[in-house]
Amino acid sequence: MSDVQWEAVIGIEIHAQLLTATKMFCGCALSFGDPANTHTCPVCLAHPGALPVVNAEAIRLALIAGHALGCEIPERSVFSRKNYFYPDLPKAYQISQFDEPICGPGRFRFLTEDGEKFLGITRAHLEEDAAKLNHFGGEGRRADALGSVVDFNRGGTPLLEIVTEPELHNGTDAAAFLKQLRQTLVHLGITDGSMEQGSMRADANISIRPMGVTTLGTKTELKNMNSFTFLERGIAAEIERQIGIVESGGTVTQETLHYEPTTGHITSLRSKEEAHDYRYFPEPDLVPVVPDRGWVDEIRAALPELPVDRRDRWMREYGLTFEDAEVLSEPAALGDYFEQVAAVAPPKSAANWVRGDLRAFLRERGQEPWESDVPPAAVAQIISMVEAREISMPSAKQVLAHVVEHGGDPKEVVASLGLGAIQDESALIAIVDALIAANPEQAAQLRDGKDKLVGFFVGQAMKATQGRADPGRIGELVRERVAAS
Amino acid sequence: MALTDFSAEEQIAAVVAGETSSVELVAAHLARVEHDEWNSFLAVDRERALARAKEIDGLATRPPLAGVPIAIKDALSTRDLVTTAGSKMLEGFRPIYTATCVARLEAAGAVIIGKTNMDEFAMGSSTENSAYGPTLNPWDLTRVPGGSSGGSASSVAARQVPWSLGSDTGGSIRQPAALCGIVGMKPTYGAISRYGLIAFASSLDQVGPFARTVRDAALLLSHMVGRDPMDATSLEWTEPIRVPSATRLDGVRVGVIEELMSDGIEPGVRAACQSTIDMVEALGGTVVPIALPHAGYGLATYYLIAPAEASANLARFDGIRYGHRTADADVLLEHYERTRAEGFGPEVKRRIMLGTFALSSGYYDAYYGQAQRVRTLIMRDFAEAFAQVDVVASPTSPSTAFRLGERTADPLSMYLSDICTIPISLAGLPSLSIPCGLSEGLPVGLQLAGPAFSENRLLEVAHALELAIGFDDAPQGVGV
Repeated sequence: MSDVQWEAVIGIEIHAQLLTATKMFCGCALSFGDPANTHTCPVCLAHPGALPVVNAEAIRLALIAGHALGCEIPERSVFSRKNYFYPDLPKAYQISQFDEPICGPGRFRFLTEDGEKFLGITRAHLEEDAAKLNHFGGEGRRADALGSVVDFNRGGTPLLEIVTEPELHNGTDAAAFLKQLRQTLVHLGITDGSMEQGSMRADANISIRPMGVTTLGTKTELKNMNSFTFLERGIAAEIERQIGIVESGGTVTQETLHYEPTTGHITSLRSKEEAHDYRYFPEPDLVPVVPDRGWVDEIRAALPELPVDRRDRWMREYGLTFEDAEVLSEPAALGDYFEQVAAVAPPKSAANWVRGDLRAFLRERGQEPWESDVPPAAVAQIISMVEAREISMPSAKQVLAHVVEHGGDPKEVVASLGLGAIQDESALIAIVDALIAANPEQAAQLRDGKDKLVGFFVGQAMKATQGRADPGRIGELVRERVAAS
Repeated sequence: MALTDFSAEEQIAAVVAGETSSVELVAAHLARVEHDEWNSFLAVDRERALARAKEIDGLATRPPLAGVPIAIKDALSTRDLVTTAGSKMLEGFRPIYTATCVARLEAAGAVIIGKTNMDEFAMGSSTENSAYGPTLNPWDLTRVPGGSSGGSASSVAARQVPWSLGSDTGGSIRQPAALCGIVGMKPTYGAISRYGLIAFASSLDQVGPFARTVRDAALLLSHMVGRDPMDATSLEWTEPIRVPSATRLDGVRVGVIEELMSDGIEPGVRAACQSTIDMVEALGGTVVPIALPHAGYGLATYYLIAPAEASANLARFDGIRYGHRTADADVLLEHYERTRAEGFGPEVKRRIMLGTFALSSGYYDAYYGQAQRVRTLIMRDFAEAFAQVDVVASPTSPSTAFRLGERTADPLSMYLSDICTIPISLAGLPSLSIPCGLSEGLPVGLQLAGPAFSENRLLEVAHALELAIGFDDAPQGVGV
């Protein structure tokens, strides 16, 4: 046994399907779930003589992503052919980018509970997705299938591949990074980011080295992590596997691995020896992409506030916790809603109400705040009434529940339901005195110092007032009157 | 004189004058197409051609090409009309779309009469690499018509059609034009959309016309050039192609490529070309010797770039979606190997292997990368030449038509057939071959080339020389 401390080194590769109307190199509609092979043409079926033409919208989305990733945008980029045979790749080459990607080096800022972190972006490039193979017979897997058929609807879908520097050291940060990268891309309308449906996929390159060493160990590539949890767990499992190998005297071999989330097993897909020689060369059917610099700057200038900046602002200016900010930032529409409430009401209370009761009440009706009939102003008004002690907290929840259920102006709801806080001090004293009289035993114990009985009386008072009393004030009165009685 | 002896221009005029009809023209040419002793054609579209001719004859306003028939190289995709690219791989393949250039000609009133024979996937210089048997040269049936567009050239020489389309990657229009005694032109790379041209080497492939006169070639070209949204490498064409009429060469500077008038060229070919070059001054032009120091590397450069691109372009023929599919495979790898082993001929396999090797990891820089650098040097040679002259001239082919089987055993000797045409292809320049005389009874072609987009001037120069040469020979038994 050694007492070496190991450091894991992790880089991530992300493939995101772009939200364009049509495919990367032809005019076929991007549409998922339609009958097989209904969105095809000579180009995406690779019929003899057909040629690709670049989708300008894909270029625009890639440039937006590039700016959001803090990437340099080179003067020109070039498409290349990546050659390999497979039935889901009709040309037997994928049009991708190789040595001249659309987005050059960059740096992505993301937040963790330990504070902000940065991850180097090596590049981001455009390419086309493969078609979809469907295996029939057996278990529906390739290995035991009776046959396979190809659905070319997906073939040619524009993909943005983002490659990070190997600068992460654990699965938790990797998951935090991926979550915020996804949030950014979704927010900017670049991808729908669905990991379950495969419109966003992540692979991790993982190696280990003794702490303090600066060279990289032999890496493995872990594929198929279609959720943040699986990414985190898969990376942890692979790090553990590599440490196990090295500590028992073995060496890690360079290979591509498959992480099976249900079992946690890691299996080998192919080793370095079996790796393809893709024979990349510049795609002669396309001309280099030279985006107009004015256009590039225009896109940069039009970039909205990024989710990371927004969260950071909420934490700095509103004093939200990391967790509040994280929860409220996803999806962006929730954050927009929250900001409308926070514009009027104290932000911290706004955060609690929006992520808490409002969302909970609406969920029972299968709704989310931003798509509901509850205007942010109504929520803000309820919060303001609580702040002004016009209604008690329990009443406020009742008002909110009523507004969610029936709509209406919160002030009117308070009036019509008679939920206004009992402001009359003498009325409150009368209630407290009556309770003390009715519960002499508890009053005596309280007088003897059993302070938690204050809660008993507050509870009774709230019951008696249907929650319209201010529990804080009642507590004070209970102490005063018991002492005086 | 038979209808089939007229130039396309004359045929159009006759239709417009009401002296004949498209149906008559199509029928007259069909008769020659259907007695195809040269094996020019791989497919004939009799019914549709006649139907289309009838339709055109019925139009109140005749379209510009007036229903004159045309033959199309089988490398061009034609909807519903079998398109094989000369390969067993695509035996019986009926495309679902028509190439842009063909569609443009049809829209202009050309009637497609059939598809012409070619070297498999345009790889060859003799049409002997066709999976459907060689095409014979109308001048001598024991000789090749050149290639790869051999069927398109022979069909025009043999008066089966007045004009046709070919494709030229390293000389596949100009060399067979020379060997068949007709005009063949490869325009500037990007002039004509490649959409629907079954790719051999994408950065070199260009479609172009074959005709018996320079004017016909210009007319056909004029209906094809221009940007196509389906081809990212096609170019905006601002100055229309004009049908040339020049009779003189006043002020035109003709550069003679010294490297291509040397010992590697057959004496008879050199003599015929020289006698044409000697006419330039009498027509008012000047002759300047021109050096292209890197032209000698053209062949080696070409045989790295073209096979490399071809190795990827031909990978789509995998038997999954269309084309030949092996009957005999249990697993995927076997399916690929057998389908491709059965479907491709030996020359295609050779070039796929060459190209795959040239792109392999560890060899890319030494082969493909180096070839691209030399290609740049060759372009620079031409740029320097065109600072001094307006057009350059050379023989089109180092020899006249060679005998069937003469070069099939030795690929390198076959490759050398294109030594004069390849440097121009690498530079992407417009170029044409015109017949300039006979050597031992076989036609000789003179190649002219100009800077990019200089098609109109090139055609005017070719026209003036064509008139001066007065080449009016035809293969024995064909025409007047």
